[in-house]
Amino acid sequence: MGQDGTRAPEGALDMRAQAPGAGRAVLVVEDEPNISEAIRFILHRDGWAVTVLDSGEHAADMVRTLQPVAMILDVMLPGLSGFEVLRGLRADPETRGLPVILLTARGQSAARTLAAESGASLFMAKPFANRDLLEAVRGLVDADSRGHADGLARGAEGP
Amino acid sequence: MARSALSGTRIRTLRTARRLGQADLARMAGISPSYLNLIEHNRRRASPRLIEAIAGALQIPAEALDESAGDAQIEALRAAAARAAPGTEPETDRAEEFLGRFPGWAALLTQVHAQAEGQERTIERLSDRMAHDPNLSAALNEIVAAVTSVQSTAAILAESDDLDPVWRSRFHTNIHTDSVRLANAAEALVAFLDTSGEETGLAAPQEELESWLERQAYHVEAVERGEALDGALLTDGQAELASAPARKLAVAWLERAQSDARALPLDRLMPALVAMFARNHDFAPERLAQEFDVSLAQLFRRLAWLPPVQGVPRFGLAVCDGSGTLTLRRPVEGFALPRFGGACPLWPLYQALLQPDRPVRTLVEFAGRPPARFVAHAVAEARNALRFEPPYIWEASMLITPASAALSDPEGQGAPLAVGSSCRICPRAGCAARREPSIVAG
Repeated sequence: MGQDGTRAPEGALDMRAQAPGAGRAVLVVEDEPNISEAIRFILHRDGWAVTVLDSGEHAADMVRTLQPVAMILDVMLPGLSGFEVLRGLRADPETRGLPVILLTARGQSAARTLAAESGASLFMAKPFANRDLLEAVRGLVDADSRGHADGLARGAEGP
Repeated sequence: MARSALSGTRIRTLRTARRLGQADLARMAGISPSYLNLIEHNRRRASPRLIEAIAGALQIPAEALDESAGDAQIEALRAAAARAAPGTEPETDRAEEFLGRFPGWAALLTQVHAQAEGQERTIERLSDRMAHDPNLSAALNEIVAAVTSVQSTAAILAESDDLDPVWRSRFHTNIHTDSVRLANAAEALVAFLDTSGEETGLAAPQEELESWLERQAYHVEAVERGEALDGALLTDGQAELASAPARKLAVAWLERAQSDARALPLDRLMPALVAMFARNHDFAPERLAQEFDVSLAQLFRRLAWLPPVQGVPRFGLAVCDGSGTLTLRRPVEGFALPRFGGACPLWPLYQALLQPDRPVRTLVEFAGRPPARFVAHAVAEARNALRFEPPYIWEASMLITPASAALSDPEGQGAPLAVGSSCRICPRAGCAARREPSIVAG
């Protein structure tokens, strides 16, 4: 399957290097093509370089090669579930710190509980507002880059 | 029964409530005061005619003094009392007095309790169904996916004035396909929630079979006849058996029940059963199985589908396959069998499944209101003819007999095994076998 699941009309979007995304990579794992296409469009317009996967199987490999600054991960995926993908990422020191937004069809209150347990940086319940998703990505990436030096220092002290 | 309300006590209660002397009542009933005294202290049993006379003198219906009816009423009051919130302490030791003095209020309390129980069961069933039905969650997921896509795409269209025509048309197409999807999912959901449509196949065939059996009080007379039965004739046009799979299950049930009935004919089985329960020994199904040269499982099934007979308790039955899924349920008062999802993992049924051909007998206490004790006999046997190649099909059967009937000394046993219906609706706190939180307060 293509790493770039949607066949977007290329050239229709300019890169907008000055936009908040600044060309940085975001990985989207979502099996619903129309949802991933909308997400792809929203993020792309905000200046992010978006790669879409429609299943969880190669998500971890893609994280290692693509080195994205954030990941949007659907919970209900065919084959490997979003939770399993996330567990794999959190177990690997190389990918442990990646900001991950989990998308779920469960209600908000259940989502909060699950978020705390699963190691997701953030949970979003479907359906979501485009603006909320965008702000979540921006917020997580900003926080991550600001806290990066701290994070490394902490990591050095850690087990 | 230790807790039975005795009619002598009731007569005494009613008499004193009416400020009647023992001698007065005795005179009105045409007996000696000393005889009435014996009756009031439950040392003599009053004949039906005498009960009639005493009831007439007390100006109450004779049924109010009927021992078995009174037992049932007292039991119902105790069950209602078990529902009391912490801090409320019904005087259960004076239930007889309450029943005697305020029969109307007592009846109302019983009625309200029964209604509450019925509603609880309905809620449990619906909530189980909502939580576990795969059709429902599939329909809901489909709707959420389509709505998510429509919302995001529509927002893009609404908020972007300078959208490239290629993208615009692409998003229009996406919205269209998702709206079709949404309509289909909504239709499926409506069909699912439309409970009047049994033909939609939304009730599980097994449920249809069980409600058909329930309507016939779990006894189908046709299986007792010697000649081959016509399954199609017996199952066609039966309201409960709306779907073809349910009719197929019912025909299979009839055939099995008839073969069980042939091995255990009523005219021989009934006297043996009545004699066994009359002897006041512990109930020993293995002896009956030997006597009739049948397997324990076959005997259990037969006992579950018998017509009611004086002196023989009503049996409950649960049958499961190798996955633990209940394939047949015959409920008995006080021991609820779950309709959906898995049952209590502590049931001796599952113990039997772990050790095929080694029967299990366990005294269990069911977490009900009030808790009730049963003797569970369980065994797992090969479902198909024995063979040397897989698959090996095991089937476990559990016969549920009220402890009061199955044991000569129900009180003098060790601690019973605490079991429930299914975790979801089981109030037991701190159960090591719990697999999911309960929806009912403990």
